[in-house]
Amino acid sequence: MKAFADLYSRLDATTSSNAKLAALRDYFLLASPADAAWAVYFLAGGRPRQLVPTKLLRELTLTVASLPEWLFEESYHSVGDLAETMALLLPESAHTSEEGLATWIENKLLPLRGLAPDVLTLQLTPLLQQLDQRSKLVCIKLITGSFRVGVSKLLVTRALSAVAEIDAKRIAQRLVGYTDLSARPTAEHYLRLIAPLNEEGDERSEGQPYPFFLAHPLQLPTDEFETAIGSPQDWLVEWKWDGIRAQLVKRDGQLWVWSRGEELVTDRFPELNVLAEALPDGTVIDGELVVWKHAPAPDVEVDPEKIKDQIADQPAPQRTQGQVQPFALLQQRIGRKTLTAKILENLPVVILAYDLLEWQGEDWREQPQSARRAQLEKVVLTCDRPQLQLSPLVTGNSWQDLDRQREASRSLGVEGFMLKRKDAQYGIGRTKDVGVWWKWKIEPYTADAVLIYAQTGHGRRASLYTDYTFAVWDSAQGNPDRKLVPFAKAYSGLTDAEMREVDAIIRKTTVEKFGPVRSVKPTLVFELGFEGISLSGRHKSGIAVRFPRMLRWRQDKPVAEADTLQTLQALLPQVSRPEPKEEAALP
Amino acid sequence: MELVVARPEGLYCPPGDFYIDPWRQVERAVITHGHGDHARTGHSHYLAAAAGEGILRKRLGEDINLLTLEYGEVINHHGVKLSLHPAGHVLGSAQVRLEYKGEVWVASGDYKVEPDGTCAPFESVRCHTFITESTFGLPIYKWQPQGEIFADINQWWQSNADNNRASVLFCYSFGKAQRLLSGLNPHIGPILVHGAVEPLNKVYREAGVNLPATQYVSEMQDKSQIGKSIVLAPPSAQGTHWIKRFGDYSDAFASGWMQLRGTRRRRGVDRGFIMSDHADWPGLQTAIQATGAERVFVTHGQVHPMVRWLCEQGLDAQGFVTEYGEEAAEAETDLSPESSESSQMTETALPPEAGLPPETEGSEQMNIAKATV
Ligand SMILES: [Zn+2]
Ligand SMILES: [Zn+2]
Repeated sequence: MKAFADLYSRLDATTSSNAKLAALRDYFLLASPADAAWAVYFLAGGRPRQLVPTKLLRELTLTVASLPEWLFEESYHSVGDLAETMALLLPESAHTSEEGLATWIENKLLPLRGLAPDVLTLQLTPLLQQLDQRSKLVCIKLITGSFRVGVSKLLVTRALSAVAEIDAKRIAQRLVGYTDLSARPTAEHYLRLIAPLNEEGDERSEGQPYPFFLAHPLQLPTDEFETAIGSPQDWLVEWKWDGIRAQLVKRDGQLWVWSRGEELVTDRFPELNVLAEALPDGTVIDGELVVWKHAPAPDVEVDPEKIKDQIADQPAPQRTQGQVQPFALLQQRIGRKTLTAKILENLPVVILAYDLLEWQGEDWREQPQSARRAQLEKVVLTCDRPQLQLSPLVTGNSWQDLDRQREASRSLGVEGFMLKRKDAQYGIGRTKDVGVWWKWKIEPYTADAVLIYAQTGHGRRASLYTDYTFAVWDSAQGNPDRKLVPFAKAYSGLTDAEMREVDAIIRKTTVEKFGPVRSVKPTLVFELGFEGISLSGRHKSGIAVRFPRMLRWRQDKPVAEADTLQTLQALLPQVSRPEPKEEAALP
Repeated sequence: MELVVARPEGLYCPPGDFYIDPWRQVERAVITHGHGDHARTGHSHYLAAAAGEGILRKRLGEDINLLTLEYGEVINHHGVKLSLHPAGHVLGSAQVRLEYKGEVWVASGDYKVEPDGTCAPFESVRCHTFITESTFGLPIYKWQPQGEIFADINQWWQSNADNNRASVLFCYSFGKAQRLLSGLNPHIGPILVHGAVEPLNKVYREAGVNLPATQYVSEMQDKSQIGKSIVLAPPSAQGTHWIKRFGDYSDAFASGWMQLRGTRRRRGVDRGFIMSDHADWPGLQTAIQATGAERVFVTHGQVHPMVRWLCEQGLDAQGFVTEYGEEAAEAETDLSPESSESSQMTETALPPEAGLPPETEGSEQMNIAKATV
């Protein structure tokens, strides 16, 4: 545990990738495979569900440190990180535990899950006493599910690649799915990660997917496209779906569905199971999971050849068999612990296929995009199940022409276009060396909103007020009783200098403090950008926005001229909401 | 009778008609120590501890009208018996003891309870009313013994030296720098100092404090030794042209604020050493208790939590509004010589911040990796 805590502090203390890489390497060289297995799991973003409720830890801290609750809150306010606050407040103890990370996790921490509060307190107190302050911090972060450290998966991959002396791309492939919740990392898993290269077959055992190839934003005026990336003739153009990126892996008679977060999500999409029979073994498809509104059953049998014509015809999304539904509906489904028959009926999911990574057991990633696409079209056609649809292509004579077509994005419920070079291979992650995918997104929605609450940031921003809650007016100017209703939280988009300036204003205009949160006199207006907007029973304003961020500080705009709820409501997509009310309310 | 009240000019003693560490120009000022937020220019008469004379003259001007007292020496001013007692904060730092008609008040200035060898150790003074600072007045602040911190610092220096990498240690030039020097192991390599630090080293040495030999980088004969050296520089040197000559150095910052990961990371240095010349939370509590005071006034730092906490402990506590290093100040108060002319009340000493990119945690509405291709 101590070695892992030391690694955590080394990683946490530096912003230099090289220093982080060195720290990781040092750790992996010395750690036992069992400890390293868990370390990879946590560093690559794996997070077991919360083992100990935060509330209980808070109470334990108060009792052990004999502090009043308000002083805990004051401390938390200064620190900005709950686990760190608790680690600092708990009495210092000498580090007496020699056990490594794996023993701690498996024998000491995982068994805490689900214990009754009094038993839990009794067991946890002596455990924490065996740890020095750094290890306490890490331990608390692990058991509250808040462990995060600034290393990318790529960096972990590079460190393992150095330790194993194997190409990083190969490690990346082995690492896919490693953090999946259903498997507990073992020494064996780790040894497999760093095992010497063997024959090809090993690498595709079981339902192992491929690392996802990721797109880069294309931020250029349309008339510069031609010079920058050439003619549209060289590119496959598709709609950029607003769903969940996923890989369908069909091998050995079994189907696996992996999300882009490399989480195995097969169980969450039982309707896709029909594809297990319909797709041949050795097939891996890359695509997007979306909630789909199936078209009413056609009167006549659909002639496959006709569909093929349609494909050749590059149909727009609305001309395929049905229509994509807003992401908010997909999210409702994801939020469910159990999928009732009703949900499956109301919110059916399909996969819109856009790439073929493996066919007949062969890795197709080095084939050109156009060849993969051609084969994919055949595969989808032959499969012939409504759960597997082709993500249609869009064509245009020029980039300007495509730009005009792109304007339909919002009404089609998509985010713009994806551009994939016809001769490109399927790369790994954000690489650009064997081909590029561009995302050509539509402008975000915007609204001018008023800052009404502020909270200190976390980690490096712990002593600045950087997390804000924004509100809009509930009615138009002129109504003397109108109020500001909160609708979004945002914490990114400002420069350091602006952030400090805003922080100073927040401190000066504070109305009330509650713990780490301050309410402020409404004086600050920001233009917020967001990617999606939907109705929400959970928010007072009745709407929820997705990926809100600050686009700019409207110092020129008086608070009275901020936007109203009506302006936001006008942005809502015009779709029916199939969800019955009582189910829509999430805790 | 109130022996000290808060006035717009600073803390004022009505029967004695003088101020303690005033922030506006006054006739008579008792100065607890030479840090910029306590010792300001422009007063007509100064009174301070003899041990701090060199510092005050260095920072406020050789010609200030300064009367000094030995620690414990008593003078009588308008019937107020005044004496100064070591505060253990920096060289010459003092607590001010006031006695009038049987009533005893002590104003602490800034203080630290752990002795450090570069200044007279903190001395507890019994009183009826104690005016305490509260810079680190939250239970999250608990310092390691300084021996352990020095061991960490020397180890960091040694491992950099082994890799032929200079170690740049940022610290405040008055007080912290000298304390650090006193704990460095000169056998590891040369000790280099910034131009803001050396004049204060001189004052310390003249006051009889034993510090290892230091030099300017410009005086260094054998430049190949840079990779073995440690460099003490004020935080303001971070990112300057001067610092670039040390090449691919490793850097660290020594301050009590390094206790928090957030501030540590915002500094953008490789290491944070938690070393403060202020009392930590347990230090504040023991110091306050040891005075036997029933009434406590709390000044700069965590005034509200400290007042509330002390009240809950059964003391009569309240806050004093002062203009000493304020809540938002990220740094321990200090004015290095190069900025002592500035008229600023306090110096936050925050250098231009290292890049602070927004963190990329999922927003609250999103908890599953979105389909970002
Ligand atoms: Zn001071
Ligand atoms: Zn001070």
